Amino acid sequence: MKNRLKYSVAAAALSFGAAGAAQADDLTLCWAAWDPANALIELSRDFEAQSGHKMSFEFVPWPNFADRMLNELNSGGKLCDLMIGDSQWIGGAAENGQYLKLNDFFAAEGISMDDFIPATVAGYSEWPKGTPNYWALPAFGDVVGWTYRKDWFARPELQAEFKEKYGRDLAPPASLDELKQIAEFFQGRDIDGKTVYGAAIYTERGSEGITMGVTNILYNYGFEYQNPEKPYDLAGFVNSAQAAEGLEFYKSLYDCCVPPGSSDWYMSENIDAYKSGQVAMQMNFAFIWPGVNADANVGGDRSGYFVNPPGPGGHFAQLGGQGISVVSNTDSPDAALAYIKWFAQEDVQKKWWSLGGYSALKSVVEDPGFATSQPYAQTFLDSMAIVKDFWADPSYASLLLSMQQRVHNYVIAGNGTAQEALDGLVEDWTEVFEDEGKL
Amino acid sequence: MSRTSPDRVARATPGPVARRLTGLSDRAIAWIFVAPTIFLLLAINIFPLIWTLRLSFTNMRVNRPNEPVEWVGLRNYQRILNDSGIWETMQATAHFLFWTLALQILIGFTLAWLINRKFRGNDLWTTIIVLPMMLSPAVVGNFWTFLYQPQIGLFNYVVGFLSGADPSSFSMIADVRLAPWAIIIVDTWMWTPFVMLICLAGLRSIPESIYEAAECDRASKWRQFWTITVPMVLPFLMLAVLFRGIENFKMFDLVVQLTGGGPGNTTEVTSINLKREAFEKWRTGYSSAYAIILFVTVFGLASIYVKALNKVKSR
Repeated sequence: MKNRLKYSVAAAALSFGAAGAAQADDLTLCWAAWDPANALIELSRDFEAQSGHKMSFEFVPWPNFADRMLNELNSGGKLCDLMIGDSQWIGGAAENGQYLKLNDFFAAEGISMDDFIPATVAGYSEWPKGTPNYWALPAFGDVVGWTYRKDWFARPELQAEFKEKYGRDLAPPASLDELKQIAEFFQGRDIDGKTVYGAAIYTERGSEGITMGVTNILYNYGFEYQNPEKPYDLAGFVNSAQAAEGLEFYKSLYDCCVPPGSSDWYMSENIDAYKSGQVAMQMNFAFIWPGVNADANVGGDRSGYFVNPPGPGGHFAQLGGQGISVVSNTDSPDAALAYIKWFAQEDVQKKWWSLGGYSALKSVVEDPGFATSQPYAQTFLDSMAIVKDFWADPSYASLLLSMQQRVHNYVIAGNGTAQEALDGLVEDWTEVFEDEGKL
Repeated sequence: MSRTSPDRVARATPGPVARRLTGLSDRAIAWIFVAPTIFLLLAINIFPLIWTLRLSFTNMRVNRPNEPVEWVGLRNYQRILNDSGIWETMQATAHFLFWTLALQILIGFTLAWLINRKFRGNDLWTTIIVLPMMLSPAVVGNFWTFLYQPQIGLFNYVVGFLSGADPSSFSMIADVRLAPWAIIIVDTWMWTPFVMLICLAGLRSIPESIYEAAECDRASKWRQFWTITVPMVLPFLMLAVLFRGIENFKMFDLVVQLTGGGPGNTTEVTSINLKREAFEKWRTGYSSAYAIILFVTVFGLASIYVKALNKVKSR
C-alpha cells in the first residue's frame, strides 16, 4: 500500500512532465565496484544534463557487496535511491517491500518487458518467477563464459603437439571434456620462459564464487534445482548421479589444471591470473571482456572468447547480471523513476553498450551490426541464450551459503565424495525450505 | 596578598547553586559522577544482552519485517547443540586457541627474558619486536596472503630454500592440513610482542635484592629461574593468557583475510560462523541463541580463570 502510494505520487509527477522541471534531487545509485560501474558514471552524465538531478554513486567491491547492501536494505537505510542489486535478491526485496513494484510505472511509460532479452527479464525483474510482476528493469546482462589465449593456441609447435596427442586442432573446446584436455595440455607448460597453467576457475569460499563456477558444470551434467513438476522437491534432482559426476568433473579440473594456491579465487583473481599470463583460459563473467580486449598485454587478437562448453546432460551457462530497482525507502521516488525511464531508452542503451555496459534491450543486441561490433559480442549473445540462474527465493542467502560450504568442502578441501556433498546439500536446502514453510 | 584561584571560584559561584551542592552527601555526589557511566553501561551492554536473550527464544529474522515473530522456546538452543557443523567450528576455535596461546606464551616469555638482560641496542630491539602488533589485522592478513603465495610468496620461497622442496608444491592457505597453521603462525607473529611486553613488565617488577639474596645462598641460576622468576612472573603470564584467550576466542579479521574460513570448513572459527548465521543468512533468533551460548562459555571460563589468577596473586 505504502509502495503504491509512493508510486502514485511519482507517476503523477512524471505524467505531468514534471520530472525535468521539478526541483533537482540528489540521487544515489548503489552497485558493485567494477568496470561497468565506471561506465555507468560516464553514461549518467547525460541524465544529469537532461534532468537537472544530481547523481551520486555508492560502489562496493563484489566480495562485500551483498553484505553491505543487504544490510542497507534490511535496516531501512536511506543511502540508496536506486539499487542495481544482484538477481538473487529479487525475491527477498519484493516480499519484504524493499523495492518498488514497477508494473504500473512501466505501463504508464510504455516500457515493455517484451523489449528485453527474456532471460534477463526472468532473472532480474520477475518475482515470483514466471509471473508478470516486475521489480526491476534489466540493467546489465551478464553470463559466465571463457576467455582464452588465442595467440598461444595459434602457435604452430603447440598446434602440432596438441594434434599429435589428441588428434584434433588446438581450438576452443566443443565439450567439457575437451576443455579439460586443453587445460591439462597447458598445465605446467613453459611458454616464453615462464611456467603457465591450464585454467583459472572460481573457487572462492566467502561469498558466492565457487557456486557461480561449479553450476556451469553441474547444469551441463544434468543438475536441476528442483523437480520441474513439483516445486521444492529436491531429492534426485540436486543430488542425481549425473550431478555428482559433474561435481567430480569440477574437482578433477581443480586438481589437475589450475595455478597453485588458487583455492579462493573469484572474478578479480582470475582476471589477474589471465592478464599476467599465468593461465591459458579463464572462467569469468562476460563483464570482463571489454577490459580484456583493451588490455595492453593480452588484448586485441591475443585473446578469444567462447561459450561455456556443453556436457553430457545439456548446454547451459550461469547467469550473472542485475536489474535496476527503486528502493522503497527513497525520498525521491519520482527522480529515481525518471532515471529508469531515461535508462530504458534505446539511444541510452546503445551508448551503454558502446561504453562497455551489456545492454539487455533486444533492439540493441538484435541490431545486425551488434554481433560484429566487438570480438566478444557474438559469444555474449550465444551465452545469454543458454542461461540458468541460482535460487532467487527470499532465503537465497541460506541456500547459497550451504552450497558454498558443501562444494568447497569437497572440491577444495577434498573431504568426502561428490555424492555425499550433494546429499548434504539436499539436507541443508530441505531444512531451509521447511523453515520457510515451503515444505 | 592576592586571592587564590579556588577562593575566587567559590566566591563567584551563585548562592543557590552553592547551597544545593553543599547540601549533598558524599554518596549523592558519588552517584552523580557514576550515573552517566552506569546509564551508558546499561544502554550499551546490559540492554542488548537482555534483548539478545529474548530474541534467542524466537524465530525472528531481521530481514523479514513483515513476518510475525513467534516464540519457539528452547528450539534454537537444541538445534545449535545438535548441529555437528557448529561443533566442528568449536573444534577449529579450540585448536587455534590452544596453539596460539602455547606458542605466544613460550616465545613471548623467552623474548622478554632475553630483552630483560642489559645489552647494547636493547631499546632498539624492543621497538623492532613490537612493530607487528602496531599493524592493522586487515593489513597483516593481506600481506601474509602474499607471503603465502605458492608462486611468488617469500614464506614458500624460504621454506623451499631450507627444505629443498619446490615452493609451488604446497599452499599454506589451500591445504586442509596447513591452513590452520597458516593462521596460527600469523597470529603468533603479530601478538607475541604483546605477551612479551606483559612478561617484561613482570620480570622488571622482581626486586634485584631477591636475586642477590639467592646468590648469597649459592642458589644456581636454574634454581633462581624456577623458584624466583617463574612464580613472580606467573600472575603476569596468566593475565596475558586471559587477554589473548578472550581476543582469540573472537578472532575474525585475520581468518577472513587469510582463508575466509576455508578450505572447506577447516578454519571456520565460531565468530565467522556466527557472523554468517546472523548477517548473511539473517537467522536473528538462531544466531542470538548462538551468541548467548558463546557468551556463557567465555564468561564461565573467564570467571574460573580469574579466580585461579587471584589465588596465584594472593600467594
